Amino acid sequence: MFDKEKLSQIKEERQKWEEGLLAKTLSKAPESKKEFKSGSGFEVKRLYTPEDIEDIDYLRDIGFPGQYPFTRGYQPTMYRGRPWTMRMYAGFATAEESNERYKYLVSQGSTGLSVAFDLPTQIGYDSDHPLAQGEVGKVGVAIDSLKDMEILFDGIPLDKVSTSMTINAPAAVLLAMYIAVAEKQGVSPDKLRGTVQNDILKEYIARGTYIFPTEPSMRLITNIFEYCSKYVPNWNTISISGYHIREAGSTAAQEVGFTLADGIAYVEAAIKAGLDVDTFAPRLSFFFNSHNDLLEEVAKFRAARRLWARIMKERFKAKNEKSMMLKFHTQTAGCTLTAQQPDNNIIRVAMQALAAVLGGTQSLHTNSRDEALALPTTESVTIALRTQQILANETGVTNTIDPLAGSYYVEAKTKEIEDKAMEYITKIDELGGAARAIDLGYIQKEISDAAYKYQMEIETKERIVVGVNKYQVEEEAPKGLLKVDPAVAEMQKQKLNEVKAKRNNAAVEEKLKALKKACEGTENLMPYILDAVREYATLGEICGVMREIFGEYQQSVSI
Amino acid sequence: MNRPIRVLIAKPGLDGHDRGAKVIARALRDAGMEVIYTGLRQTPEQIVAAAVQEDVDVVGMSLLSGAHNYLFPKVVELLREQGVNDVLILGGGIIPEEDIPGLKEAGIDEIFTPGTPISKMIEFIKNNLKR
Amino acid sequence: MLMKWDGDLMPYSQLIEKMLAGDKRACARLISAVENDPDAAEKIMRQIHPYTGKAHIVGITGPPGAGKSTLTDKIVKKLIKEGKKVGVIAVDPTSPYSGGSILGDRIRMQDLALSPEVFIRSMGTRGHLGGLSKHTRNALKVLDAAGYDYIIIETVGVGQSEVDIVKVADTVVMVMVPGLGDDIQSIKAGIMEIGDIFAINKSDLFGADRTALEVNMMLDLNPDTDRRPPVVKVVAVKNEGIDDLIKEIKDHLSYLKESGKLEERRKNNIKEDLVELIEEELRKIVLTRTEDKNRLDDEVIEIYNKNKNAYEVRDDLMRRLSW
Repeated sequence: MFDKEKLSQIKEERQKWEEGLLAKTLSKAPESKKEFKSGSGFEVKRLYTPEDIEDIDYLRDIGFPGQYPFTRGYQPTMYRGRPWTMRMYAGFATAEESNERYKYLVSQGSTGLSVAFDLPTQIGYDSDHPLAQGEVGKVGVAIDSLKDMEILFDGIPLDKVSTSMTINAPAAVLLAMYIAVAEKQGVSPDKLRGTVQNDILKEYIARGTYIFPTEPSMRLITNIFEYCSKYVPNWNTISISGYHIREAGSTAAQEVGFTLADGIAYVEAAIKAGLDVDTFAPRLSFFFNSHNDLLEEVAKFRAARRLWARIMKERFKAKNEKSMMLKFHTQTAGCTLTAQQPDNNIIRVAMQALAAVLGGTQSLHTNSRDEALALPTTESVTIALRTQQILANETGVTNTIDPLAGSYYVEAKTKEIEDKAMEYITKIDELGGAARAIDLGYIQKEISDAAYKYQMEIETKERIVVGVNKYQVEEEAPKGLLKVDPAVAEMQKQKLNEVKAKRNNAAVEEKLKALKKACEGTENLMPYILDAVREYATLGEICGVMREIFGEYQQSVSI
Repeated sequence: MNRPIRVLIAKPGLDGHDRGAKVIARALRDAGMEVIYTGLRQTPEQIVAAAVQEDVDVVGMSLLSGAHNYLFPKVVELLREQGVNDVLILGGGIIPEEDIPGLKEAGIDEIFTPGTPISKMIEFIKNNLKR
Repeated sequence: MLMKWDGDLMPYSQLIEKMLAGDKRACARLISAVENDPDAAEKIMRQIHPYTGKAHIVGITGPPGAGKSTLTDKIVKKLIKEGKKVGVIAVDPTSPYSGGSILGDRIRMQDLALSPEVFIRSMGTRGHLGGLSKHTRNALKVLDAAGYDYIIIETVGVGQSEVDIVKVADTVVMVMVPGLGDDIQSIKAGIMEIGDIFAINKSDLFGADRTALEVNMMLDLNPDTDRRPPVVKVVAVKNEGIDDLIKEIKDHLSYLKESGKLEERRKNNIKEDLVELIEEELRKIVLTRTEDKNRLDDEVIEIYNKNKNAYEVRDDLMRRLSW
């Protein structure tokens, strides 16, 4: 980025500084550590100068917001146009209770909904399934049939909000329910805005709520791509997630590398299914983690944007610039929250949120201080939301786009993460793609190694966690945590029985039969699922039919 | 009889968060123990069957989904039904302080909450084996 | 000899009775005993010997990542459908640094845990360089005595285990997969001889035909056996080809029986075990008697100083041992 003469001058002066002033200072007062490492364990130098970014070409590698390679942001005005979407992930117990929380969040200035489902829902079991025992309504809302979905969005106009649903293996079913609720509200599918997570590969890698084997899962995913490109054009059909990969213990570079490798697998699957890249790629979205190391995280977001743009343009020959734009949601890192001195988490979350904003996120969830202990209380969620509002309204970081660009460190780090991520992608390509690499346990092993290293650093106090291995105090057990009433499971079962008693069971059976037949063939399954959902076939019944035909995924574990 | 301590590490229920369970499995291995890792989505019945067949000294369960009050005691109950009384039963994960007394009463020997040093866990196991 | 059982002490003979009556917990405790305690192992082996020798012992071996556990899972499921009882011993490596291990093969066999006809036991190699230890062989005998019709041993899949498996198994299934790169390499390393059946797993993957072809070619180069091992294509995760594989496993046993090789093979194994027992005992006698008088250390010094050589010391020691 600098002319040769200037650079050699800088180099000369830098050496002089090192041998002179620096050496003198070090001889008197050595630094506190031998090595300085980033949050992900990469070496951090004492000082970054123009020398560290000499290979970076501004126009080629950095460019302008809203233009290839999108390093500075996916959109030309960024937060000067409007701030990011403040999207708080919420949901627990019954649809009734969650509906209340959504209405509260909207009244407090939340600008997008984000639905958390309970584990039985995520794994395609109704609330009365034996494996659902003890889990109903615990980590999210329980949805058994369209009935629950109607209650969940009661009084919330679906043409006015954008809704993100953290749902993967049964994403097609929940999306169908959402479309059916909209129909009842008189909202046509083309007015719907939102996202289904729909990212099965990271479930195999890190999150664990898979149902079907890889092949039928990829089919369901591409079915959604195809269906939405025709009928729900403003819907983000997938949220390719690094969040959980990072939560499982990966480094920042692994988060980018593995997530984009998953993204490549989805693009390849869709192309193989006969879709043109520019018809579905603009609706792909991403989801990243924002961890503790502020500058490394900012660099990570920038690197991910640049690398994805390059992959889409060079590897997949996308022509539409929208296909090359990586837009993403961010959640602050749940794994950094401590059960000890939980109020400290407010500060951690604020820093992580700042990193996400400086990295140009499109939407953000901020975790609540008490999430290492239980689901968050309303008070805690409010503080977390206020954190975002303070960032947007008071700190001034929204005034200019990508304010850390040009920092020698941040640019060098952006390049470093891009390169390291690309190394992982190359390795995964060699193994035969992301699905195969997961099957071989390669990705899981890399993450598990990083997680173990991280934990051992905490054990040896090489890595300090305030309140956990330093600055501890005697604490009283926190009070007033949110508790999900165990009666929820019974209520949910009762509702389910009522639905089954009231609906047209012959019609349900017929629709399920049609779905089963479609599963055996190669058609797009979305219309069949939608038909079944409209007749109040339950999630468990629909997934049951698919389980019968598709079988179930067998976890590949690498420790 | 000089033998490695055998530990079953299980993820009961539907929770898919296995970072903690895997890290602990590895740390116990590095402390010289034989760790039987059973993977995700274990029913209490499966955990108990594995504990019996593998003849373990310790059953360790990790759960972050909030279903501990149902699943942990269920495992103890089934072990007792099989007549197994000499296995150390441990739980970990996101477990509110106020739930701990009830779990201990139900027969869980110790609950480790987030932030517990692994060295402390290893120490606990070594000092509290029941046979 | 007694064992702690829920706080009480129970003689091994009582445990053995329980085990013979089908008590899984007793079976599990006996396996622990033979695995950990040589004295207990001897006691137990003496008592259960009459009940052994009935099971068809099948070794499943092959490189890591070949899908051995999943294949084992599918085979067992089919066998129990036929009304058979199946025992599984899954061996994983022990860390040479800590002596600990992570035994993760059960992950692939989760549904089997609850089947009354199945018993699964994970074992660490415990310093046997990846091979099958004597403990494993004893554990196998416990399961044999417990009445399991089939006992499947899933090996670590590296190093010595692939060679050791022939010493205990009646039938060895060598599992191969396309694309691991080193399969053919390991065939060249002399592994080919031990496979009675070759299973090409993940046969739906690209390159499977080539792997099968290469295995077939290798087998054809080895004409000096009277039975050419069959090559079976399977896709374990999809449950494809398992019936064919089981048929080959059964056919192999029939072949062994009819040709008299089963008897020959088992007698060979008994002989090896016997020789090993004698060696151990002799070693114990020689070492305890010589160690007592610090004799061995003195002789070492003599050899080190070149006053004597190891052979004359050996002869000398043997002569002086009074029997």
